[in-house]
Amino acid sequence: MGEEIERLSTRLKTLRHEKRRHDAWLTVQIAREKDRPRTREYIALLIEGFEELKGDRLRADDRAIVGGLGWFEGQAVVVIGHQKGRTLDEQQMHNFGMARPEGYRKAQRLFRLAERHKLPIFTFVDTPGAYPGIAAEEGGQARAIAETMRNMARLSVPVIATVIGEGGSGGALALAVADRVLMQENATYSVISPEGCAAILWRDAEFAPQAAEALRPTASQLLALNVIERVVKEPRGGAQNNPENAANEVRQALRETLAELVAIDPAARRAQRRERFRKLGAFSEGSVAGAVINALPSLSPRPQRDF
Amino acid sequence: MSVTVEIGRRDDRPPVPPGGAGWSCPKCHQPADPAAVRANLQVCPACGYHLRIGARERIAQLVDQGGFRERWAALKTLDPLEFTDLETYPERLREAQAKTGLTEAIVAGTATIASVQCVLAVMDFGFMGGSMGSVVGEKLWRAAEMAATEGLPLVAVCTSGGARMQEGILSLMQMAKTTCAVDVINEAGVPFVAVLADPCTGGVVASFATLADICVAEPGALLYFSGPRVIAETTKEELPADFGTAERNLALGHLDAVVARTELRDKLANYLRLLEGGGTPERIRARRARSRSPRGLVDATARRAKALAAHARRPFGRGDREAVYTPQDIEA
Ligand SMILES: [Zn+2]
Repeated sequence: MGEEIERLSTRLKTLRHEKRRHDAWLTVQIAREKDRPRTREYIALLIEGFEELKGDRLRADDRAIVGGLGWFEGQAVVVIGHQKGRTLDEQQMHNFGMARPEGYRKAQRLFRLAERHKLPIFTFVDTPGAYPGIAAEEGGQARAIAETMRNMARLSVPVIATVIGEGGSGGALALAVADRVLMQENATYSVISPEGCAAILWRDAEFAPQAAEALRPTASQLLALNVIERVVKEPRGGAQNNPENAANEVRQALRETLAELVAIDPAARRAQRRERFRKLGAFSEGSVAGAVINALPSLSPRPQRDF
Repeated sequence: MSVTVEIGRRDDRPPVPPGGAGWSCPKCHQPADPAAVRANLQVCPACGYHLRIGARERIAQLVDQGGFRERWAALKTLDPLEFTDLETYPERLREAQAKTGLTEAIVAGTATIASVQCVLAVMDFGFMGGSMGSVVGEKLWRAAEMAATEGLPLVAVCTSGGARMQEGILSLMQMAKTTCAVDVINEAGVPFVAVLADPCTGGVVASFATLADICVAEPGALLYFSGPRVIAETTKEELPADFGTAERNLALGHLDAVVARTELRDKLANYLRLLEGGGTPERIRARRARSRSPRGLVDATARRAKALAAHARRPFGRGDREAVYTPQDIEA
C-alpha cells in the first residue's frame, strides 16, 4: 500500500513536471507566433493620430525600433517599441526586431523629447535580442544598451513597459527600465533564449523545451518573481486570434497603470523606479541569528537552502 | 544577442600556479621560470601575454600592504528558480566555490591603491565564468552606495561571461540594477573607474562597466556584447581576426586606454587623484586628511574620524561579516 502510494506520487510529480515543461514551451511558441500583433498593430489600435519620428540624429534610422508621438485616450504620449513585422518582407525590413546601436540611440533621443515636453512614455517590448552583427558590436552596442537603461532610469516622466511577444535578453531590457512592467499572458521575458541556454548548458539546442522550463520565462512566473507588475489577459489561444480584444486588455492595463503613476510626484516616481530595480534579486545575508532573505518568491513548498 | 556566457569553460590562459616546474607561454611558447612569471604579475616576460588571474591575486597586485578589507562577504547565493540543467545550480555553485575558494564571482571591499583610498570590486572569471547573478549585483550596489556615502572613488575590475543563466530573469535584472548603481555614484560626484580584463562580455559590458568615468582594458582582453559564435551563426559575417580585442576597441573609440598589468596600479591611482582634483576646498582637505593616515577610513567628518580611531585599534578589521586579505594571505 505504502509502496503504491509512493509510486503514484512519483508518477504525479513526473506528470506535473512534464506539464510545466509543455506549458513553458507552448508559451514560447505563442510568443513567437508569426501572426501575433506587433508594436505597429498595437499603436494602430491604441494610439490616435500617431506621428512616427525617425532617426537617431547621428547616422541612421533603425527600423527594428519604431517610435513617435500620439494620443492615448486624450493624453499625448511618446511610444517606442521593437518592431518585428509579420510577413517575411516586413520581418526583413525590421531586422526581426533586433535593434542596432542606432535603434537604442533613437530610443534615447525620444526619451529626451518626452522629458523635455513632460510626456508619459509607453514602450512595447518584442525582440529576440539586440542584433549580433559586427557593425553593431563595433558601433558600440554594449554601451548603447547601457546608456539606454541609464537614461530610462533617470526619466522623471511616467514610463510603462509592456512585453507583447518575446522579451529577449538585454535588447529587451533596454526598453524596460520602467516604473511598471506589464506583460501579456503569452509573452515571454528571459535572460537568454531557450535555444541559446540549451546550447550552452545542455550543449545541445534540442534541449530548448527543458531550458524554457528551467528559465521560468512566462508572465505568471515573472509576476511571482516581482519582475513584472501585471499580467495582461489575452484571447483564448493567443493575441493573434483576436487582436482588437487583446488591444482592449492592453488599453485597460495602460489606462489604470498610467492613472496610478501620474498621481505620484515626479521625483518620488524616479526614486521608486530605482528602488524597484535595486530590490530585484535573490540572496540571503547569513548571520548567527538567521538569514535575511531578499525578495525571494515562494515557487514551491521546498525550503530554500543557501550556499 | 544574449547577455550571457558563451565562452567555453576551458580556460585557455590559466595563471601560473605556485611552485611548479617548467612553464611555457601559451602564446609565444617561450619557456620561463614560473616564479619570474608570477613576479611579473602573471604576464609573460617574453611577449607580454596577460594570463587570467583570480580576484584574490588581482587584489594582491593592486592594493598596498594590508590595504584591503573585504565587505559583504556574508551575502549568500540562493537558488530562486530551482534551476537544473545537467547539474543543479547548487551543485555548480559548490564546484565553483571549491575551485576558487570564493563564495561568489566578485570580491568587494575598501582598499588603498598606491595610497589612494577607494572602494574596490573585483570579479573572478574562474567562478562560473564571472557570471553576474543576484549576489554580484547586490555587492556592486553596496560598493557603489558606500562609495557615494563615504565620498570614496569606486574601482571595478570586470571579467565576466555575462549574466548568470541559472538565476534566469533575475540575472538579467542585475544589468538594470548595476546601471542604477552607477547613477548613485554619478549623483554623489565620486569617481568610478572600470578595468576590463579578459574576457569581459555580455551583460557586464552592456551595463555598469561601460558607464564608468574612465574605462580601460588589459592588453589582449576580449570585449564584446555578442560573441563570435553567435555573430557567425546569426549573420554569417566573417569576423576580423582581432575582433573584440582591447586594442581594436581602443581604435574604435570604446576605451580610454589599454593599460599593461604592470602599470595598472599606478595608472589607477593617477586617474583617481586626477578625478578627485576638481573637488571643493572641503573635499581637498578631506583628501589631505586621508593621505596623512596611511591606513584606515578617514574623512573630515567626525563620523569618519571615529571610524579611524576604531580602525587604528584593530587595523585589519574584525567581525563575522568581514574578512581581511593581506598580500601574504593571498599569495599563500
Ligand atoms: Zn609569451
